[in-house]
Amino acid sequence: MGINYFTPQYEVCRDPKKCIKCKVCMRQCANEVHSYDEELDMMVADDSKCVDCQRCVSLCPTRALRITKYQNEFKENANWTQQHITEIYKQANTGGVLLSSMGNPVPYPIYWDKLLINASQVTNPSIDPLREPMETRVQLGSKPQKLEFDEDGKLKTKIAPHLDLQVPIMFSAMSYGSISRNAHESLARAAEELGTYYNTGEGGLNEDFYQYGKNTIVQVASGRFGVHVGYLSAGAAIEIKMGQGAKPGIGGHLPGEKVGEDVSKTRMIPVGSDAISPAPHHDIYSIEDLRQLVFSLKEATAYTKPVIVKIAAVHNVAAIASGIARSGADIIAIDGYRGGTGAAPTRIRDNVGIPIELALASVDQRLRDEGIRNNVSLVVAGSIRNSGDIVKAIALGADAVYIGTSALIALGCHVCRSCHGGKCNWGIATQRPDLVKRLNPDIGYKRLINLVHAWDHEIKEMLGGMGINAIESLKGNRLMLRGIGLSQKELDILGVMHAGE
Amino acid sequence: MGCHLCEYYCAFAHSGKIDMVKAFSGDSKPQPRLTIEEGDSINFAVSCRHCETPLCVKSCITGAMQKDEDGRVFVDESRCVGCYTCILVCPYGSVIPGKEKAIKKCDLCIESGKPACAENCPNLAIVYEERG
Repeated sequence: MGINYFTPQYEVCRDPKKCIKCKVCMRQCANEVHSYDEELDMMVADDSKCVDCQRCVSLCPTRALRITKYQNEFKENANWTQQHITEIYKQANTGGVLLSSMGNPVPYPIYWDKLLINASQVTNPSIDPLREPMETRVQLGSKPQKLEFDEDGKLKTKIAPHLDLQVPIMFSAMSYGSISRNAHESLARAAEELGTYYNTGEGGLNEDFYQYGKNTIVQVASGRFGVHVGYLSAGAAIEIKMGQGAKPGIGGHLPGEKVGEDVSKTRMIPVGSDAISPAPHHDIYSIEDLRQLVFSLKEATAYTKPVIVKIAAVHNVAAIASGIARSGADIIAIDGYRGGTGAAPTRIRDNVGIPIELALASVDQRLRDEGIRNNVSLVVAGSIRNSGDIVKAIALGADAVYIGTSALIALGCHVCRSCHGGKCNWGIATQRPDLVKRLNPDIGYKRLINLVHAWDHEIKEMLGGMGINAIESLKGNRLMLRGIGLSQKELDILGVMHAGE
Repeated sequence: MGCHLCEYYCAFAHSGKIDMVKAFSGDSKPQPRLTIEEGDSINFAVSCRHCETPLCVKSCITGAMQKDEDGRVFVDESRCVGCYTCILVCPYGSVIPGKEKAIKKCDLCIESGKPACAENCPNLAIVYEERG
């Protein structure tokens, strides 16, 4: 269609002195950027196809490669940036909705980075986690308002079903379909060894993964794909997905081409048919309707499993969470606007939702004000990047966190945000067999375990520094936080004082 | 996954150079001791199995091909006359004609003790382990 308005986004810089022409870059690039020119006897690159996934850079044995931004600049304009202009070109070319993947990359404020953690000095001793016991175990589920005992001192109160986490970290919902089988296996095996949980996402559970059932959270989303009583019973908990941080208010669409034999069986839909998850659950238009689904699922599993309701962090999140806490749900999962996705319309991802930090603080406060905080546990998600973020989340009132993007990064993801292309060179967000096998689950699950262990150590160090020896004592302990560079309104919502106060 | 890096690391390990770029610069490129077989859905490295009763040793007309007490099958390049009998008899196809007279085969990187192919395989597709 006439003029090509596009310049490459990235430039492949190859040092010809270092290149030994081993062609590993060519063999490993699913985007077909690199090729060997026989006439010139050298490797050449088509920059326009590069997505900056860094696969070639990581595998080049002589470090001859480097990817940089393509140095072509449109006339400088603070308002009409090159990105805005290019996106208009794209839409003028295709007439389509722009698609993106992974979390919101727009430079909105990151509140984690504006919160500081306390430490003990002089008057209250800090604790050395290497020498003294330190507890990071968490139980998720509804807590009773009071405990009753009989004459023999035995507990009379019936405790609701719980999830028992050895670390306050779980792996977020990522479906088999959005991520590869090997990525799924890595998560499942890591969850099993760590004593925590991974989440199936909405695509059902492949029969090969039933063996990890006791460390699995099974998801029920608006499409109800792959949901049957065996599936519900297979997991340790059931999650109803009402929303996702990356795309609040909209559903999903798995194109028919991706519904092969295996996915068809898992999702319980015909081969080659599109799998469309509607935006709403068509049977949920009120908290009462949600309550019906919560109890249908509990009834189906004989009240043995906690039910999680996952929502995206949106403007009215505190009131919504209050309703959910009264719906019979045991756990509320809140996904912030930086939460990842395998594919979402760019405009939704970049403009819809609110930061998880503010959502968490307001939900925790609202539930406490209403005296129903103990009815539910709170799990937060949406860009937990390190153990510092986790400590801050727990001090703001979370019981545990979900990590998705961090887990994928541990598996090699470079956050190139091209998942929707299905050609993930790292073998994560793809179903192409030749790419999937690049992720060896034997390596992957160990890397996930390493990451979570490292974070657990760091959490213990930070707890010890505050003079706290159990993560339960940090929960909602906002006095352990101070804000920096925040307005009074932001501090009020977060419920923390400013540094120096 | 068919990246062929094992071939390059193998050739480098046997090049006698300390720098990979130097090893592959110049006209005579170092030769690997293993080859990658590529298929539609599967790729694998063909390297010496260090057989218990190696046909190559049995058939070697000059005694260049030997097996040491550790079970490693190796070639004494000074005695190899390049008759290629070992290449013909090896059931795995893991003996490679050399650019010079002597054939090339895997020596398990005896000098460093760590086979370069396994050490540098990015996906643990090649592992080095003792099997009895």
